[in-house]
Amino acid sequence: MTSQLSAEAALALVVNGEPRTVAPGTTVGALLASLALDPRLVVVERNREILRDRDALGRIALEPGDVLEIVHFVGGG
Amino acid sequence: MTATHVGPAAPHAVAADDPLVIGGRRFASRLMVGTGKYRSNDEMVAAIGVSGAEVVTVAVRRVDLDRTKDEGVLYHLDPSRFFLLANTAGCYTVDDTLRYARLARAAGFNEWVKLEVIGDQESLLPDAHGTIEATRILAAEGFKVMAYTNDDLIAALRLEDAGAIAVMPLASPIGSGLGLLNPYAIRTIKHRLSVPIVVDAGVGTASDACLVMEQGVDGILMNTALAQAQDPVRMARAMRLAVDAGRDAYLAGRMPRREVAVPSSPTTGLLG
Repeated sequence: MTSQLSAEAALALVVNGEPRTVAPGTTVGALLASLALDPRLVVVERNREILRDRDALGRIALEPGDVLEIVHFVGGG
Repeated sequence: MTATHVGPAAPHAVAADDPLVIGGRRFASRLMVGTGKYRSNDEMVAAIGVSGAEVVTVAVRRVDLDRTKDEGVLYHLDPSRFFLLANTAGCYTVDDTLRYARLARAAGFNEWVKLEVIGDQESLLPDAHGTIEATRILAAEGFKVMAYTNDDLIAALRLEDAGAIAVMPLASPIGSGLGLLNPYAIRTIKHRLSVPIVVDAGVGTASDACLVMEQGVDGILMNTALAQAQDPVRMARAMRLAVDAGRDAYLAGRMPRREVAVPSSPTTGLLG
C-alpha cells in the first residue's frame, strides 16, 4: 500500500488485528477501496465506535493509532 | 370385486395453520436454517432453497483482508429473498455479545438478533444469566431479540420478562445431533410463555425435527443437521416435510397412549 512512504510520513493503524500503514489523510472510505471492500457489505468499527453512516466514510480521516475492525456476515448457525 | 365409490367426490380440505408471527412480522416457514459448515456455497444455496426457509442465520466475523478464505455469505445468498438473522455465536461475555449485536444491526438489514451468550467452551451451553442481562440491554436499545437458551423454564420466563420477542430453547447441545432430549421441558416452556418458542440446536435428522414440532412449538432452527448430512439438499427436503408433518400432527392432536391393545377392526360379525 504505502510502503514507499517514510516512517515519519506513514500513519500506523491496526486493522483487524494486523498493523498497517496508510498515507496521512487517508479516509476510512479510501482504506476500504484500497482493500477492494464494498462499503455496503461491511461494517467498520473505529476505536470501538461503529461508523454507522456509510455515506460519511469518505470524509472520516484516519488518525495515528486508530484500531479498526472491519466485519461482515459469514456462514453461521 | 366391483369398486362402488360412494364417498365424497373430493377429499376434505385440511384447515390452514395460523401463520408464524414473531415480533409482529409474519414468516412463511416454521423452519429456519443456518448458513455455516456447508462443504460448498453452492450446496448451501441449494439446500436452503429446498428447505423453504425464510429466516437464515448468519454470523459476524472479521473480513479476511488477505482473501485466503471465502468471501462473505451475502455474495452467495440474496438478502432480498431471505430474512437475515444475525447471531452472536462465539460470544462468551455480555460485553462481547452487545458489540456483535450492534455491529450486526449496523449492517443495515434489520434490528433482529439471535442472541447467544455461551457459558462453556466444551459444551457450548448457554449462559442463562448473561443472556438475560444482554437481552434486557438490547431490547431497551430497540433490538428484536430471539434468545437462545437452555431447556429451562425459569430462564425462559426471565428472558420473556427481559423483552425477548422469541425464546429459543435447545433440543440438545449445538452441533451434537442428539435430537430432543427433554420433550417435557420444551412442552412446559411452550405452555408457560406467551412469546413464540423456536427450538434451536441439537436436531440430527428428520424424526428429531418432527418430534420437536409435535411438542407444539412455533418453529425450529437448525444448521449442522443440513450442512453435515451426506446429502444436504435431500436432507433439507426431509426436514421441510418433517417440520410440516410434526406441526400437522400437533394440530391434529394425537390419540391417547394406552398400555393395552384395542382392536381396530370390529369384534362383532366374526364368522361362526
